[in-house]
Amino acid sequence: MARAVPARRKMLTTILGWGVGLTIFFPILWTFLTGFKTEAEAIASPPSFLLFDWTLSAYDAVNQRTDYLKHFWNSVVISFGSTGLGLLIAVPAAWAMAFVPAKRTKDILMWMLSTKMLPPVGVLIPIYLIFRDAGLLDTRLGLVIVLTLINLPIIVWMLFTYFREIPVDILEAARMDGAELRSEILFVLVPMAVPGIASTLLLNVILAWNEAFWTLNLTAAKAAPLTAFIASFSSPEGLFYAKLSAASTMAIAPILIVGWFSQKQLVRGLTFGAVK
Amino acid sequence: MGDYATPSRGLFRSAAIGLVAASAFGSLAAAEELTIATVNNSDMIVMQKLSPQWEAATGHTLNWVVLEENVLRQRVTTDIATNGGQFDIITIGAYEAPIWGAAGWLKQLDDLGEGYDYDDIYESVRNGLSANGNLYAVPFYAESSFTFYRKDLFEAAGIEMPDQITYAQLAEYAKKLHDPDNGVYGTCQRGKAGWGENMAFVGPMVNTFGGRWFDMDWNPQLDTQPWKDAVNYYVDLMNSYGPPGASSNGHNENRALFADGKCATWVDATSAAGFIYNPNESTVADKTDFTAAPINVTDKGAGWFWAWALAIPNSSGKEAAAKSFLEWSTSKDYVKLVGETEGWVAAPPGTRMSTYANEMYVSAAPFAQTVEASILAANPADATLEPVPYTGVQFVAIPEFQGIGTYVGNQISAALAGTISVDEALANSQSFAVREMTKAGYIK
Repeated sequence: MARAVPARRKMLTTILGWGVGLTIFFPILWTFLTGFKTEAEAIASPPSFLLFDWTLSAYDAVNQRTDYLKHFWNSVVISFGSTGLGLLIAVPAAWAMAFVPAKRTKDILMWMLSTKMLPPVGVLIPIYLIFRDAGLLDTRLGLVIVLTLINLPIIVWMLFTYFREIPVDILEAARMDGAELRSEILFVLVPMAVPGIASTLLLNVILAWNEAFWTLNLTAAKAAPLTAFIASFSSPEGLFYAKLSAASTMAIAPILIVGWFSQKQLVRGLTFGAVK
Repeated sequence: MGDYATPSRGLFRSAAIGLVAASAFGSLAAAEELTIATVNNSDMIVMQKLSPQWEAATGHTLNWVVLEENVLRQRVTTDIATNGGQFDIITIGAYEAPIWGAAGWLKQLDDLGEGYDYDDIYESVRNGLSANGNLYAVPFYAESSFTFYRKDLFEAAGIEMPDQITYAQLAEYAKKLHDPDNGVYGTCQRGKAGWGENMAFVGPMVNTFGGRWFDMDWNPQLDTQPWKDAVNYYVDLMNSYGPPGASSNGHNENRALFADGKCATWVDATSAAGFIYNPNESTVADKTDFTAAPINVTDKGAGWFWAWALAIPNSSGKEAAAKSFLEWSTSKDYVKLVGETEGWVAAPPGTRMSTYANEMYVSAAPFAQTVEASILAANPADATLEPVPYTGVQFVAIPEFQGIGTYVGNQISAALAGTISVDEALANSQSFAVREMTKAGYIK
């Protein structure tokens, strides 16, 4: 039977929870509101919260100057493409590490994670040169490859954690029934790990969507995603906060909506693991 | 009777088809797709808007990559240094043009045709974009700095602005006009750290206080008396008569404060005059006047020099088309086109004498002559009281300056915020500069 929580404590926890939630959400809300102000209102001091003349002029200016849909489509292809490719590589890798570990599996996992500790700018020039010679600069394929490689350690780690929760006996039973390796992974392991795979997919799509170092540095005009779209509205001279906020809102809205609808899946996957 | 089978007609027809096909193919082959990387400012937005006219006239097309200034610098540097060839035209500043030109990263631009009229571009602007006597970038706007002041407040306080204001007078006037209870601060100056932010104000101020960044042997001079005097003056001025939180105010913040009627004086870019003078964007359009930048012990280097310019990286394979765009977008005719379509006050300032000889521009922009005088007075080749081995007014045209200028900017911003003393800031700056210059091989 669940333990009764005193009302006072419950209230305090609720207030604390809302406080933390609103603090985290506030910058997004502020960006959203600023997008509907005029440039002068956006920097007015003291700032107005809701009582200002709401206007779509910033959105108008943004739409006149740039092709949002082109950047949006690039973001979709790059983030889903890199996550999909990453999963294709990571599912077999995580299977091997979780169910047939070798002597050095743990070291390999740590080594994979250590690649995330290197500042990306440290390898910018070598990667730029490779991309130049391979003709991958300013291509979506190039970004799919580089983001796959960058997020692969996280995908493998997450899947490895979920797979380890799955009793190896179930896989052995499948093998006893004559399942080959491919069938074992595709028809036994993957369906059981769906919540884990889904949360990995979502998290990596979000990471790839928001990635702003490689997507800015390896693109020019053709493959630039929404990060470049946002960067084009910051200005060294003149007021730009309303336009920048409008552009940011347009860039984050799709991923925010996807996150909102899939939050149950995301939270379940992140907190409970695959099978418990 | 028509007989299409006769040999002469058939021959004629084949020849005609061939000619059309050849010319169509020829024009297809000549039509290039150019990628242009640029900053986001009002002049470039206008250029982007008008560029379809050039595309229609030439058959070439442009892909615009607009980026934030620092992102653009990093992006373009990576591409040029690795010969990536992603960009055919790039926007660079007066700091990069001579350095990148000397490094062989840019194509020479001395051959844009007779109609281009190079002599119409101010000599100081041409010099600022050249290296070893060769022009490596063509300007689409140039600026110096000067003093914006509120003539209504000056009149009310009985102050008459002299022909040439000094820094002592600036402090005196700021003191008289400082009225924070009524939302007016005596002076607004840049405090946000950065070689292009607070150092753009502090650098020229140090010049006119008699200071310099380096002596003739490239020894940093940041702990010398002129630097101490200038930075102490600056910190005292801002703490006494500046707006609160001045250490986080850059060009944009001060521009908004001044336009909102919150500042009595402001020393900043001449290019902001059009904005302050525009009644749609500024509440003080009819209350503002302009005069030269303040001076102290010398008038050398008192106003800065900056230009945004277009250049062609050596890695571009579309030189002819790129040059055609540069010729169009920085020409006299382009200035006229902007004047006629966007209003004369929006014409690109500071680059061409013909702009300032144009009565329509001068009557639309009453600040034009003060701006022209400031640009003519700014001389990057002779900006300090004592001799120096470098060029540049508010910057030193060497690759190492970016790092040193940023560090010193951070230290001075910290001194302004009160987290360290001025002496500490300058001592730290000096040791950093010595270390960097030794590492780079300037100091043996």
